[in-house]
Amino acid sequence: MPQYFPPNTNAFVRWALLGGGAFTVALIVALPIYARTMNNAVGVPVEQPIAFAHNLHATQLGIDCRYCHTSVEVAASANVPASETCMTCHSQVRVGSPQLAALWTSWEADAPLEWNRVHDLPEYAYFNHSAHITNGVGCSTCHGRVDQMEGIWKNEPLTMGWCMECHRAPERFVRPRSEVFNMAYQPPSDQLTLGRELVAAYHIDTEKLISCSTCHR
Amino acid sequence: MAVTTGTQLVKETTRVLAPGQTAGGIDDSVNTPVLSGKTPMWWWIGFGISAALLGLYLVSVVNLVTTGTGIFGNNMPVAWAMPIINFVWWIGIGHAGTLISAALLLFRQPWRTSINRFAEAMTIFAVVCAGLYPILHLGRPWVFYWLLPYPNTFGMFPQFRSPLAWDLFAISAYATVSLVFWYVGLIPDLATLRDSARSRFQKLLYGALSLGWTGSARAWGRYMRAYLLLAALSFPLVLSVHSTIAMDFAVSQLPGWNNTIMPPYFVAGAVFAGFAMVLILAIPLRRAFHLRSVITMRHLDNAAKLLLGTGMIVVYGYGIELFMAWYSGVEFEVFMAYNRVFGADHGWAFWLLIMCNLVAIQPLWFRSVRQNPIALFVISIIVSIGMWLERYVIIVVSLTKDFLLSSWFNYVPTFWDWALFAGSFGLFGTLFFLFIRLLPSVATSEMKEMVHHDAHHGSDYYETIRGSYHGEGGRA
Ligand code: HEC
Ligand code: HEC
Ligand code: HEC
Ligand code: HEC
Ligand code: HEC
Repeated sequence: MPQYFPPNTNAFVRWALLGGGAFTVALIVALPIYARTMNNAVGVPVEQPIAFAHNLHATQLGIDCRYCHTSVEVAASANVPASETCMTCHSQVRVGSPQLAALWTSWEADAPLEWNRVHDLPEYAYFNHSAHITNGVGCSTCHGRVDQMEGIWKNEPLTMGWCMECHRAPERFVRPRSEVFNMAYQPPSDQLTLGRELVAAYHIDTEKLISCSTCHR
Repeated sequence: MAVTTGTQLVKETTRVLAPGQTAGGIDDSVNTPVLSGKTPMWWWIGFGISAALLGLYLVSVVNLVTTGTGIFGNNMPVAWAMPIINFVWWIGIGHAGTLISAALLLFRQPWRTSINRFAEAMTIFAVVCAGLYPILHLGRPWVFYWLLPYPNTFGMFPQFRSPLAWDLFAISAYATVSLVFWYVGLIPDLATLRDSARSRFQKLLYGALSLGWTGSARAWGRYMRAYLLLAALSFPLVLSVHSTIAMDFAVSQLPGWNNTIMPPYFVAGAVFAGFAMVLILAIPLRRAFHLRSVITMRHLDNAAKLLLGTGMIVVYGYGIELFMAWYSGVEFEVFMAYNRVFGADHGWAFWLLIMCNLVAIQPLWFRSVRQNPIALFVISIIVSIGMWLERYVIIVVSLTKDFLLSSWFNYVPTFWDWALFAGSFGLFGTLFFLFIRLLPSVATSEMKEMVHHDAHHGSDYYETIRGSYHGEGGRA
């Protein structure tokens, strides 16, 4: 038998096989980890035309979320406030501040401020705030401690898997309706017992929650 | 190695091996065209046509990806039209390879040896053509990996109760096992090529591919064990793959699809289509490569018998489908059967199918037809068309008219439906022409074993009986 390859080819092939196997395994592990943790803009502050601070307005000034996000309890969308809402105070407060220049321009031109969207589901996924708020899902469960944020960012990946995590077992997250706007709410130690009671009391239909057509209509 | 140019026996024979073969002669007749620096003209013509069709395939795929599935004629309710017909058709063709190589090996049928190698290659290339269809049909082929069960961000696994999920596993298992089986079988033959390689390219190609095969007794012992194990592993696949594909239909609710007979009848249909393709490829191949001494009349005759046998099973299946439709008494089933046979839009397809798959194979009862390559070639082409029509009848005709009058729809394939189909022949042909140019299309090491057996022990019991049946003596 003729020798076409040097003798160390055997060792090379063996190592290449081992390396190839290790590489494949590493790739299979790494890709889902990347998709789950790094590619979803979680915790990345979004630039806005005005450096609006939730921690200042919601916590220090104690304004209720619904003062600005008026439709959150009754509609699918939680609206972002119009310039008029800001002007209820800022026509008086910090009038000359350069930070508020964009607000004044918009007010005088009677044109809406263009806020950049932070949470944005694809159009084929249906989401409804009121269904969640009236069934005891708190803002902080999905948006995190917005009341402590200087800027604004996503606290959760908003992937379908994330929605399903709750929809499969809502009792792990639901709280009394009275606590929905309590940003500092801590689940009690017996959350599961309380959760089951609340799921029953609010008539949450767990069958419906996991069917595709609930979100893909 | 002997330097004689192969024993190119012109006389046809009905033995598994023409008399007077030598080990060197086998090597010469199979390997000379592979190692030769000159490529025959017919190869370039065939390869050129295939490559042109492959170009058409690529153009269709690019158009499909950039424009979307709207370029096809499918629309609700005929969501599964040409792409799935062609998928089932190709995968059916891919059945003969494993049947020949694994099932016939386990049943110790010596005639498998000279046709198994190219039949396996045919299987793999057909599975490639088939496997691409469902992926292209997805609409967004680039996210095909969503079909796999991996920890995705949707928090969803594939629906394991759905036969569509089983499909994926059935086909990928089949493709993998067929590929490994084929390659393992090739190793000793590749080593033979390596040992007589002339150009540097050949030395490196066959040297690398033969994985340092030494041909020692120990290597052979392990090799034979591995080969047998692989055969045992792939044998169940012959039955399972097409059963799974049949269940895509059988598990549905649609009249014309939800028949329990589907799996066995699809398997028979697959073997039927597969052997037709084996004949379509073998008949020109044995002529072009002067392989008439190793792919003999015996092979053609046996393949023709299998064609006839499985064909009759398939026709029985058609009968049972219609009988069951009537016997069930279900209004929709009865209508489906009536529409399939007498429907104004597609009735022709059914009758053409009967002509192809029932009438055209009847001459195979006669030995003179079974041993006439030209007749076999023509019948095999008719059978291939018939098997395509069978899937057309099952898929399209059942879907166009289902339960609701308001959702009836007449399906007409578009230019791109045909372009992709014609292109898939280009893909198959390109691969096959490369295969016959670069790799030995007959399993030479196994043939040499047979030559040895033939020369030293005479023909075996089986051979003797068959030999006298065919009117030829036993010993070489
Ligand atoms: C004074 C008005 C105001 C109050 C009160 C307020 N917000 Fe906002 N909120 C805004 C404005 C303006 C934006 C858009 C720009 C930004 O966040 O930088 C916004 C954005 C958001 C966003 C991101 C929207 C997107 O684009 O996806 C969330 C989530 C949010 N607010 C939650 C809350 C919650 C929870 C509360 C109560 C704790 C709250 N907000 C109270 C004015 C307010
Ligand atoms: C309930 C009254 C109230 C409303 C409504 C309100 N703000 Fe304010 N905002 C204040 C007060 C009070 C301050 C000043 C706090 C301070 O002086 O430290 C302030 C400060 C700010 C500042 C910081 C200005 C600087 O110069 O540091 C910005 C920016 C701002 N608000 C934006 C907005 C926007 C945008 C809205 C509308 C979505 C809004 N505010 C609605 C009360 C309000
Ligand atoms: C079940 C999780 C969940 C809860 C609870 C929730 N949100 Fe949201 N929120 C979302 C999602 C998802 C979006 C993105 C919606 C979209 O893109 O259509 C969103 C978007 C928003 C927006 C941007 C405007 C819009 O509707 O697209 C605001 C403002 C907002 N939420 C405020 C709130 C406030 C205030 C509360 C508490 C009262 C709250 N959200 C509770 C999930 C939630
Ligand atoms: C923390 C828990 C939780 C998360 C996270 C969550 N949901 Fe829900 N969702 C609920 C509960 C509880 C209900 C109430 C079910 C009911 O009405 O019976 C609900 C109801 C719904 C409904 C039904 C509305 C209707 O028509 O009644 C939709 C749609 C929906 N969720 C979409 C989503 C989407 C999309 C996401 C992810 C972006 C999401 N949800 C994330 C808990 C959650
Ligand atoms: C709780 C709401 C919810 C339910 C229930 C749900 N989905 Fe989704 N789905 C989403 C959201 C939100 C997205 C978009 C975010 C993402 O891509 O992860 C999405 C995305 C998808 C996508 C990706 C589409 C694309 O083009 O990127 C597919 C496919 C999908 N869903 C299928 C399903 C199927 C099948 C089911 C039922 C088994 C289902 N979904 C049930 C919320 C839901």
